[in-house]
Amino acid sequence: MTAGTQRHSPFEIQIISNIMTSDITMPFYQAITEDVNALSAQVSPAQDELQCIRREALDRFSALGLPTLKTEAWRYTNIQRFLKEYPYELLTAAATVPASVTEKAAIPQLDCYRIVLVNGHLQADISELPAGKGITIGALSAHTQAPGFVNWFNKQPHLSGESLAALNTALFADGLYIELAANAVIDKPVHIVNVYTSGTHAFIQPRHLWVLNRNAAATVIESTIHPDTNTVAFANSVLETVIEENAELWHYNIQQGNENFREVHTTAAQQHANSRYHHFNFTLPGTPFTRNNLSVALNGSYTETNLNGLYIADKSQHVDNHTYMDHIMPNCNSNELYKGVLLDSANGVFTGRILVHQEAQKTNAFQQNNNLLLGNKADINSQPQLEIYADDVKCSHGFTAGQFSEESMFYLRSRGIGEDAAKALMVNAFSHDITNEVKIPALQHYLQEQIAAIMNN
Amino acid sequence: MLTIKNLHAEVEGKQILKGINLEIGKGEMHAIMGPNGSGKSSLASVLAGRENYTVTEGEVWFNGKNLLDMSPEDRAREGVFLAFQYPVEIPGVSNLNFLKTALNEIRTYKGLPALEGREFLKLTKEKQQLVDFNANLMNRSLNEGFSGGEKKRNEIFQLAMLDPQLAILDETDSGLDIDALRIVSNGVNKLRDAEKSFVVITHYQRLLEYIVPDFVHVLYNGRIIKTGTKELALELEERGYDWLKEELHLKESV
Repeated sequence: MTAGTQRHSPFEIQIISNIMTSDITMPFYQAITEDVNALSAQVSPAQDELQCIRREALDRFSALGLPTLKTEAWRYTNIQRFLKEYPYELLTAAATVPASVTEKAAIPQLDCYRIVLVNGHLQADISELPAGKGITIGALSAHTQAPGFVNWFNKQPHLSGESLAALNTALFADGLYIELAANAVIDKPVHIVNVYTSGTHAFIQPRHLWVLNRNAAATVIESTIHPDTNTVAFANSVLETVIEENAELWHYNIQQGNENFREVHTTAAQQHANSRYHHFNFTLPGTPFTRNNLSVALNGSYTETNLNGLYIADKSQHVDNHTYMDHIMPNCNSNELYKGVLLDSANGVFTGRILVHQEAQKTNAFQQNNNLLLGNKADINSQPQLEIYADDVKCSHGFTAGQFSEESMFYLRSRGIGEDAAKALMVNAFSHDITNEVKIPALQHYLQEQIAAIMNN
Repeated sequence: MLTIKNLHAEVEGKQILKGINLEIGKGEMHAIMGPNGSGKSSLASVLAGRENYTVTEGEVWFNGKNLLDMSPEDRAREGVFLAFQYPVEIPGVSNLNFLKTALNEIRTYKGLPALEGREFLKLTKEKQQLVDFNANLMNRSLNEGFSGGEKKRNEIFQLAMLDPQLAILDETDSGLDIDALRIVSNGVNKLRDAEKSFVVITHYQRLLEYIVPDFVHVLYNGRIIKTGTKELALELEERGYDWLKEELHLKESV
């Protein structure tokens, strides 16, 4: 798949031409709050199934509206404030960047396939796509007829109640499609570098779909780069993943933008029998606003799910992790550990919803959220939401917020280690529960170095 | 090297040290003994700069510098080392990384260049052998899951690595079986030289069979009530502390 062929797919032309003919100079916030018709002009009349999906999603978006502080799932995150900050314009056109831009996201010593997405569009000339039997990987727009797309696109029930996900479905431009046939395995990690760049303040909506069929396995690492210093980008990305029977996905998401970047990142996964899903989310300082929606629907039994999160936030950064474990079937295990370090006047929000359906007997579902509040004005709002309708289950949740143990600090200082260096060591130690679970040594080392660099700053 | 003058200190409003006077010279080994609650560990804590202790009176001079004005890290950088009675477990901080950070912070303070990886590892290996510290523990998290003996041996290993001028061993012998005690004592004896001074705080005379002190001080009720040589430790072992307390009360009632 080359960049050239993508641009000429019927799908792509449709979107681009719509944008050219419709009024896109209207600030995006105004368009999405006042004038759904302006958005509607960008969705062409129903010609194929995808356009029907888009139309339906836009209707759903206009019915749901943007979340407010009265929306239960957004009680502690005022998204409208962040959407109003700049006169964003909807950006769907492809852009390219020189390879040097992506170097900043390179993970030393990591043997991987590096794939560059610019505003969600695959930039093939600086990407290395894994090849091999049963591996399909490329632009989503070029795979709308692929079996994985036909079977699974927009099929995650958890997306339906989220207005921003509906907005993405209605207006997304492109993203990465991965489909692994039964038994296909990608031999090295895939490192996706998400670059966001534009000449104006831009609202960008990438859309990805990854389907791992029976017995397939992959490791995907995502990084984010926003090189612009004069314009601000707001990304509203949606990823759907399907992990079929006995398949295994390791997914690492590293969020490390700059101060001109904001992000709502939605990941909706579904797992089938005996599958394993390991999700890691690292939010590091840089981006003033991050909201992650992560949901996992367990549609088969004997699954394993590990959700690991680490957020380190500084200045007035706002980081909101909204997670949802949906135990639909019996005999499944889920483990969730989110740890946060909040510096300066950073704001953390964690929501951990666990729903255990009546049929889901023998569920093990554990959740833990631990926080270090190191800034004088830092705060954390953490809420577990356990709804359990089965009677033979083991579920637990826990929350802590605290400072460093004084005894540990004294021990380190009594060895000549200054207060700042001692804090850096302690934050590294606090993060250890998460970083230690990272199974790729180069990535683990990289993350530890990043954490150390933040604390030594 | 160390001069303690009329040191008074309190913790949580309670007076613990009530006028300690002590002079420690270069290369000397001092033992501080005393019954439980007499203030032995508090003295160690005050010298190392533990923050919940407040010095209400007195002075401490270390190589001509006012020790009480310094932060805990600066005391360590100046050459004071405290071997903890209860070494802290810090999951996630590797022993090796911890030591390298500590050593290089101390070197930077002294205006020396940081040790390169190879030099550091060479030094580590040398000191491990000297104090008989299990190399397998090096890459583990600091004290995490270590046995009581391993923790104490790690304190002595750190002492060997950081090479202070004054080492205060706070009940390093407590909780050790006889083999571990022998290993720890051997380590300390190997580190003894004409430049380094030791303050060994212990409840039992047993340790002093292996580490032979130049002076023995008895601490009681926040004060040093008797000073002698190693024979005093033997006498205490035989007679306990009660005779000293009586002697003291007689003196005070006069």
